[in-house]
Amino acid sequence: MASKTVTKDIITLRGSAAIVSEFFGYAANSILYNRGVYPEESFAKVKKYGLPMLLTQDEGVKTFITNLTAQLSEWLEAGKLQRVVLVIMSKSTNEVLERWNFSIETDNEVVEKGVSREKSDKEIMREIQAIMRQIASSITYLPCLDEPCNYYDFRVFDVLAYTDKDVAAPFTWIESDPKLISNPQMVKLHAFDTKIHKVDTIVSYKNDEELDEE
Amino acid sequence: MDPRNAFQEIALPRKNSKENLDRFIPNRSAMDFDYAHYMLTEGKKGKENPAASSPAKEAYLKQLREVFNMNRPRILAFKNKPPAPVEFMPPEYASVQQSKPVKPRRHIPQTSERTLDAPDLLDDYYLNLLDWGSSNVLAIALGTTVYLWDASNGSTSELVTVDDDKGPVTSVNWAPDGRHIAVGLNNAEVQLWDSTANRQLRTLKGGHRARVGSLAWNNHILTTGSMDGKIMNNDVRIRDHVVETYRGHQQEVCGLKWSASGQQLASGGNDNILHIWDRTQASSNSATQWLHRLEDHAAAVKALAWCPFQGNLLASGGGGGDRCIKFWNTHTGSCLNSVDTGSQVCSLLWSKNERELLSSHGFTQNQLTLWKYPSMVKMAELTGHTSRVLFMAQSPDGCTVASAAGDETLRFWNVFGTPEVAKPAPKAAPEPFAHVNRIR
Repeated sequence: MASKTVTKDIITLRGSAAIVSEFFGYAANSILYNRGVYPEESFAKVKKYGLPMLLTQDEGVKTFITNLTAQLSEWLEAGKLQRVVLVIMSKSTNEVLERWNFSIETDNEVVEKGVSREKSDKEIMREIQAIMRQIASSITYLPCLDEPCNYYDFRVFDVLAYTDKDVAAPFTWIESDPKLISNPQMVKLHAFDTKIHKVDTIVSYKNDEELDEE
Repeated sequence: MDPRNAFQEIALPRKNSKENLDRFIPNRSAMDFDYAHYMLTEGKKGKENPAASSPAKEAYLKQLREVFNMNRPRILAFKNKPPAPVEFMPPEYASVQQSKPVKPRRHIPQTSERTLDAPDLLDDYYLNLLDWGSSNVLAIALGTTVYLWDASNGSTSELVTVDDDKGPVTSVNWAPDGRHIAVGLNNAEVQLWDSTANRQLRTLKGGHRARVGSLAWNNHILTTGSMDGKIMNNDVRIRDHVVETYRGHQQEVCGLKWSASGQQLASGGNDNILHIWDRTQASSNSATQWLHRLEDHAAAVKALAWCPFQGNLLASGGGGGDRCIKFWNTHTGSCLNSVDTGSQVCSLLWSKNERELLSSHGFTQNQLTLWKYPSMVKMAELTGHTSRVLFMAQSPDGCTVASAAGDETLRFWNVFGTPEVAKPAPKAAPEPFAHVNRIR
């Protein structure tokens, strides 16, 4: 029993980066599905983290997310990624309606010295599962994105990566503004920790109080 | 502790130094006298150094860093954005949400909005007898006479009737200013008229040796295409007006259109050839070489239309033996698509507001066909004309299309719909000082 756990619970920088970038891929898909950015018929169900997860079947979106997670994984391995933000915007006005903020704390000792840490896969998966559940249930409190009066207006999303100042950005990336929401409401979701990367999730959204008073 | 270490600790925030500096613990074994001495003497110098300790300086540095974005992370995003979800909109959703006319469900009236008689309109495929100017006046040549029909008030006036030995009129074309109009004649002359003053400004002659059936303006350059197969650029401001000649067609030039940028000229001839000419390669003394010579059409190429939303996209339509609409990348000269319409293509118009193309046809339906671009799905077929629809012209606001056919009628169709933003309001109420710029 003891020897079994020893081999299984070692987590390396590389493994942690893979877990975290995979998490972003699934989280992005889940947000796009649950928030109705793309229609539900463009998603297919798979099993992941002990949950039914939805993955986009649209080639364009698929490619975008694949390219994204590949690059994130590279930065995670270098310990240069500080934050990933998925923003949902109005297509016509470019106004940011929702901002999913994933902050990442990296254990620098692991990056610098190449040591590994101990944490069981199972435990990490359980933590991620809790976040995925929260994302799926977020529709209960987040404001409705597809208001009928806005038929002409579509929701689009974008992903921002906050990296250390010294990273060499590939030519496919450009500098962006932070796309902040003024006076937002914020909800903090669960966090997960691979012992190398700690990911905190916060969703902020437009404060719609003025609308409610009408 | 060695003094070097101690110095480092001062430079850093003093988080570990608490235990060393507490004088009130009377346990000397825990004290470091070397360090204490250092702190009392050398250490003080460090403290006096304002760069290290002054709170004002620190705040200043912090602000500096913020201004120059030094302590902020880089924020990066993909250059290529994820696709917008437009295409996925389920149609049933669209119909539920439909409060005003939505693009895919726009109502296209199947009948013409109004019909005017056009007696003596020449039923000649190779001519260009209809044009709608930017000042919302429609010009049509009927026999030897050019009539102007003001679309804003429906009034008709006669611009000119040419002598029988000069006429009939073989082409009309408004200059971009909507005021000057060029009139091509059967005797190879071209007349320039000022429509507001109803006055002839000059006659361009001596260039062509046969009738001038096609005209196209590019600023002060009037390009003329003739039955003699030649295309000439005429600078209307100067005495020797022929500045360039394009030789390439063996037969009558019946289609002539400048691209919106004014860089490329498309010409189609009765020799079934479509040429693309580059403005910058033109020269007056030597024969100008075409940029592309496109021989894909199997009949005369008269219908030409440059795409308003894609600079180097040209649509061309072939005559009775060809019946195809072809799309060209005029940059590379490659044919992007070809659609057999089943009927002679007499003219083509792009919608200014939507990605749609309108074509007018001859035998057997004499119809106007509206196509979705680039899928080339037929959106509507408008019938009404009883003979081939020779000419089409688009109103300045892009909503209405006028068509003139061999049945000697002129019909108006609301085929392109109104732009989403606003209806063309200024038509009815001209600006109070609109006439001021006409002083000169």
